[in-house]
Amino acid sequence: MERKRVLMQGNEACVEGAIAAGMRFYAGYPITPSTEIAELCALRLPQVGGRFIQMEDELASMAAVLGASATGVKAMTATSGPGFSLKQENIGYGCMAEIPCVIVDVQRSGPSTGLPTSPSQGDYMQARWGTHGDHPVIALSPSSVLETYKLIVRAFNLSEKYRTPVIFLMDEIVGHMREGVELPDPNDLIINKRHISYHDGANKQCYYVPEGKYVPAMKPFGQGERYNITGLAHDVSGFPTNDPAVAEALYTRLMEKIDRNLDDIIRTEQVFMDDADTAVVCFGGTARAAMSAVLQAREAGMKVGMFRPITVWPFPEKQLRERLPGLKRILTVEHNYGQMVLEVRRVAEGKVPVDFLGRLDGTVISPDDILGALRRTEV
Amino acid sequence: MRYEMRFSGSGGQGVILASVIVAEAAVAEGMNAVQSQAYGPEARGGLCRAETVLSREQIWYTKVSRPDFLLALTQDSLDRYARTLAEGAVVIADAGLTLPAGADPSRTLLLPILATARDKVGRIMTANIVAVGAINRALGLVSDEALREGVRRHIPSGTEEMNWKALAAGAELVSDEDAARLRRTAD
Repeated sequence: MERKRVLMQGNEACVEGAIAAGMRFYAGYPITPSTEIAELCALRLPQVGGRFIQMEDELASMAAVLGASATGVKAMTATSGPGFSLKQENIGYGCMAEIPCVIVDVQRSGPSTGLPTSPSQGDYMQARWGTHGDHPVIALSPSSVLETYKLIVRAFNLSEKYRTPVIFLMDEIVGHMREGVELPDPNDLIINKRHISYHDGANKQCYYVPEGKYVPAMKPFGQGERYNITGLAHDVSGFPTNDPAVAEALYTRLMEKIDRNLDDIIRTEQVFMDDADTAVVCFGGTARAAMSAVLQAREAGMKVGMFRPITVWPFPEKQLRERLPGLKRILTVEHNYGQMVLEVRRVAEGKVPVDFLGRLDGTVISPDDILGALRRTEV
Repeated sequence: MRYEMRFSGSGGQGVILASVIVAEAAVAEGMNAVQSQAYGPEARGGLCRAETVLSREQIWYTKVSRPDFLLALTQDSLDRYARTLAEGAVVIADAGLTLPAGADPSRTLLLPILATARDKVGRIMTANIVAVGAINRALGLVSDEALREGVRRHIPSGTEEMNWKALAAGAELVSDEDAARLRRTAD
């Protein structure tokens, strides 16, 4: 099949990529700047045998996504800051009950309704710590329309593989921009199918984890024998327990399934980092201005590179640490008051000074802003 | 070379769609294009701007900082965005508007875009398509077929004739002399 270059919006690429990844259920409550995702899912899902439902609010849509996924369907919801806040409790339920799903957050300026149509990256920490309690998190953030398409596929794959909600942290810059893209042939994509178990073997326990594995195979809820799903700490049968040893084993496994597979989960983009003495660290749509600034800085003879976490949670600690010996300075650039920079500083502490350039006024940081910041403290 | 275009007016006038159509036509012709917009929470009214960046090279920064081209359909948008034009920028503004200081009259076309949509095409809502016709005539960005295809993708079926009429009427607003003087493509 001939692939054609088309003009496509980031939100649109998110939906097309999700469908290519096998998403067949969407529940949501539309909110700027994510609304096109709901609109397009309403149009596209019925065409591929899927289901779309607009729920009464964000809490219910997150619950519907968990329910749909439990029955065996790849499910997604999309929202922005205010709705992301509302989804948090049920996201935690998904972490605890190990229900794979993808939550898209197209970030806008907050807090509260903030600047509804303006870009922001203020939900970075919320993506990590939004739901209460210690819990595993995977969050990915794209910086272009094409990457949105490819990365949402990866979001679904990681979600299925590790049986955990994955946060797809977009921002208004990428969600609302249109770019000419040539989408990959869906047949060339690697798609993780759900690891399904019908418990017809020796182990009938729904949360039984075989030796050497981190997650139990999933049994489609409502098909075959009954089992229990709960947000309470549970044993392998899925029923609640207060037994400290069982609880500890559960919590440890939930955290370790992510922590022990960081190399599989973490991806970064590193440009001109091999000889760089200064690194611009950024994520999502901010990388577009950062790349322009880095190229201009290079033209001016400055040894600047870009370090971009694509997997923004867990933070690519090892990858950044490996770069520290060559660096004299790090400039972290974000559309917020300083969130990822806290992670960067934690990793670079005592080794490389970290400066921060942020913005909260709803406008986009320009390459000139970044160049200015690079020059200001140049030694 | 980046060619930065800004389309501005009041929410509801269709300036975002105008920028999308130009970007879509440019992509169809093999150029790189990035389109984006900024608007307030209002569904209608309020200052609205859309931006299209064209280039033969990879486009990193997605926004327009010093536009090479400005479309302004309201006095508000003209006053505000005429301040940040690139040198030699072309401005197309509605005929009713007053050119602010800073805009170069020799690079500006004041065209009756809204009046043409209302009186000649018969629907004020075609003003953005009239504008697209005029812009492409003045700048020579893309082929007529690519532009039509860009328009066709975004209009309800059954409105084709009206939209072709709007495109043609827009192109007619730009004289041959003006087109020859202003024409420049993103290279």
